[in-house]
Amino acid sequence: MKNVLILFAHPRHEASRVNQALLESVRDLPGVTIHDLYEKYPDFFIDVPAEKALLDQHDTIVWQHPFYWYSCPPLLKQWIDLVLEFGWAYGPGGHALQGKQCLNAITTGGSLAMYCAQGSNVYSVNDFLRPFEQTAAICGMEYLPPFAVMGTHKLEVNDLKREVALYAEAIQLLQQSPSIETDEGCAFLTDIPALKNKI
Amino acid sequence: MTGTILFEAMIFLAGAVVCVPLAKRFGLSSVLGYLLAGILIGPYLLGFVGEEGDDILHFAEFGVVMMLFLIGLEIEPANFWKMRRIILGMGGTQVLLTMLLSFLVGIGLGLDWKVSLTISMAVALSSTAITLQTIKEKGHFDTTYGVSSFSILLFQDIVVILMLGSLPLLTNHQGHSEGDGHGEKLNMLENLPLGLQTLAIVVSVVLIVLLGRYLIVPMLRGVATTGVRELLTASALLIVIGISVLMELVGLSPALGAFLGGVVLANSEFKHELESTLAPFKDLLLGLFFMAVGASINFVVIQQNPWGIVGLVVAVILLKALVLWLVGALFKLKLDQRLLLTVGLAQVGEFAFVLLSFAFQLAIVDQQQLDILLLITALTMTLTPILGLVNERLLLPRVGTVESIKRPIDHIAKTSKVVLIGFGHFGSTVGRFLRAHGVEPTILDYDSNRVDLLRQMGFEVYYGDATRMDLLESAGIAEANMVIITVGSPDTTMTLVKMIKKKYPDIQFMVRAKNRYDAYDLINTGIQNVYRSSLDTSVKLASDVLSKMGFRKYTLQWQARNFIKMDEESLRELAEKPKIDEDYIFEARRMIREQERLLEEDLNRGVLVFDNHWDSEQMRAAHKNDTEMGRGHKPQ
Repeated sequence: MKNVLILFAHPRHEASRVNQALLESVRDLPGVTIHDLYEKYPDFFIDVPAEKALLDQHDTIVWQHPFYWYSCPPLLKQWIDLVLEFGWAYGPGGHALQGKQCLNAITTGGSLAMYCAQGSNVYSVNDFLRPFEQTAAICGMEYLPPFAVMGTHKLEVNDLKREVALYAEAIQLLQQSPSIETDEGCAFLTDIPALKNKI
Repeated sequence: MTGTILFEAMIFLAGAVVCVPLAKRFGLSSVLGYLLAGILIGPYLLGFVGEEGDDILHFAEFGVVMMLFLIGLEIEPANFWKMRRIILGMGGTQVLLTMLLSFLVGIGLGLDWKVSLTISMAVALSSTAITLQTIKEKGHFDTTYGVSSFSILLFQDIVVILMLGSLPLLTNHQGHSEGDGHGEKLNMLENLPLGLQTLAIVVSVVLIVLLGRYLIVPMLRGVATTGVRELLTASALLIVIGISVLMELVGLSPALGAFLGGVVLANSEFKHELESTLAPFKDLLLGLFFMAVGASINFVVIQQNPWGIVGLVVAVILLKALVLWLVGALFKLKLDQRLLLTVGLAQVGEFAFVLLSFAFQLAIVDQQQLDILLLITALTMTLTPILGLVNERLLLPRVGTVESIKRPIDHIAKTSKVVLIGFGHFGSTVGRFLRAHGVEPTILDYDSNRVDLLRQMGFEVYYGDATRMDLLESAGIAEANMVIITVGSPDTTMTLVKMIKKKYPDIQFMVRAKNRYDAYDLINTGIQNVYRSSLDTSVKLASDVLSKMGFRKYTLQWQARNFIKMDEESLRELAEKPKIDEDYIFEARRMIREQERLLEEDLNRGVLVFDNHWDSEQMRAAHKNDTEMGRGHKPQ
């Protein structure tokens, strides 16, 4: 079973609805570590050696965060800037993350329809996530399609419940499968065949 | 056996060891315990100690001298200077008014004006020993009444010199020149003209200041280098005794001189050593002094005229109380603070023994008057702690600031209860920030002015001494999850921590430490959350200095966090080490040694080098080596 590290970044966790629910659904899963970045580093003073040690102990890295201005909250960016060091995560001798899996788990206010050429955001979520994808790639990690809860502003209680259950399902699937089969049509984690059947 | 020094020492010590714990047991002050012990072993009850009580009294007065030296140590010269108005204003008013009233009473009773004047002088003086010891025991030095009491007593210490100096003017004949001889015989200035006397006084005060700066401190440094522990004790005693002798030589009060000496040394690095070395001597001598007072109560005189004595005692206390009350009103003390002041100082003090004996030598008062007056002095001193108790238990709860007020719990479900002890500058900031988050701590504080203000603001406040378990319990410590201790005195903090931890081991402590050393002690007591007042603010200041010099603010902030983190780590590491190999006799040396270690550590680390983050130098270096790789740089 793979160990999953959820790097959670939300500056107002106590006010979030969806992210809280998502997090709670996986909190008690064996082999899952939740690392609440804003709680741990309120002053952005990231303990790099400790973060590296944590990464070493896990096989799958999930960047879970709300999708702010088409990207992540600043602390997660700080984390990426500081922890993914030259000579450790990439560059000469930088192989520490080689072979790990990596993905974003995001929540967006706008609906799926808004994230397309015809929608107000013009580009898809996957387009916006390119920097993360490439970051993972340069570190030698396998970047998986994102898990996304979209249109959170209008999300009904039942829909939320379904999304939350799906998240737990997806994380468990990631833990169990040695590799995830994706094909070109997989824009989201939930599109991979193994999960699609569950919906 | 009676009469040998060892036997007497045994009796006094036994009296203290038996009576003081008993008094404490019943919630009485130790002062009262000593006084009762004195009565018990005195000539009229058990008769273990007899007439020599007087000599013991004189010897034991040295405890008062030491106490004032120690008090002086805690007052920095600048603060002392700031108090001059209160000292002159309150002290002057109190002494003059009391003298005037008691003089009139004396005349009214048909006494000679000279006798009346002498008595009025004695009555005007209160007991430094009893009052300050009580205030100190309760830790009330920074309350309004504490400062007022202290100021008045200090003024009395100064004015007693004038009184002693003027007594000879009241006599026309030679008098009983061979009295039992108090220090005044040493006074070599007595026959000098007034101008020269004043000059001598000024010179000796200046001398003390200069000696403190340029002789005592170097001497202590010399002693420190020898590393012989008892030498420190010897030098501490030498300082106090030396000052006393010098003062007596010029006819000043030794207590006053010792106080000045203390103030001069307050800024020196030996402050703590002197304090801890002298404290046991002071406590013992003061105890001895109180016992001597108790033993000197002449029950034969009481038997002769019991109601007359009772009447006089009551009259003296009432008269002094009246004046003190007026002084308190004049200086706008709050009702309860005024009560504490009034009750605390309404006695005739130890200076009266000196003054009256001297007056007897000069034949101003006769033997009978002397006996009665000494008796009144001893009785009023004995009554003070009892009246204080009555005041505290019966009067105070009714007036002014009550211990607690019941307030309907108007706030949202208090899921967790927090008790905040101490609401001074540090504690108030803590409380305000908590409140800004809707967390209403239960506050304990002993300054009634503050307490009233807080209550007006709607805080739940308990007034009183937090080291009293019953007060803590009525404040709800039993239900509290967390207790925050922000009191200024490390000793009180330690007492609180130990006391609460013992009874409520599950409670979480958040404790302010004044400095590294207090932090060590707290950590070693098992307190995890220790907050040093001397860390974050200092680092912030240094950061701002560097910022003004051109360093970038974000870099500084990062480095400040780094610095604090390393300092916290080293704090914990050093605290765990069992007090380092050497036995540090001298706190100052230990401090210097540790500063040395810390600076050395910093030095070994070199100038704080910024981590490699946000720095492309490494990458540029790597880039040079393999330009063709094209992957060796942070994607920017």
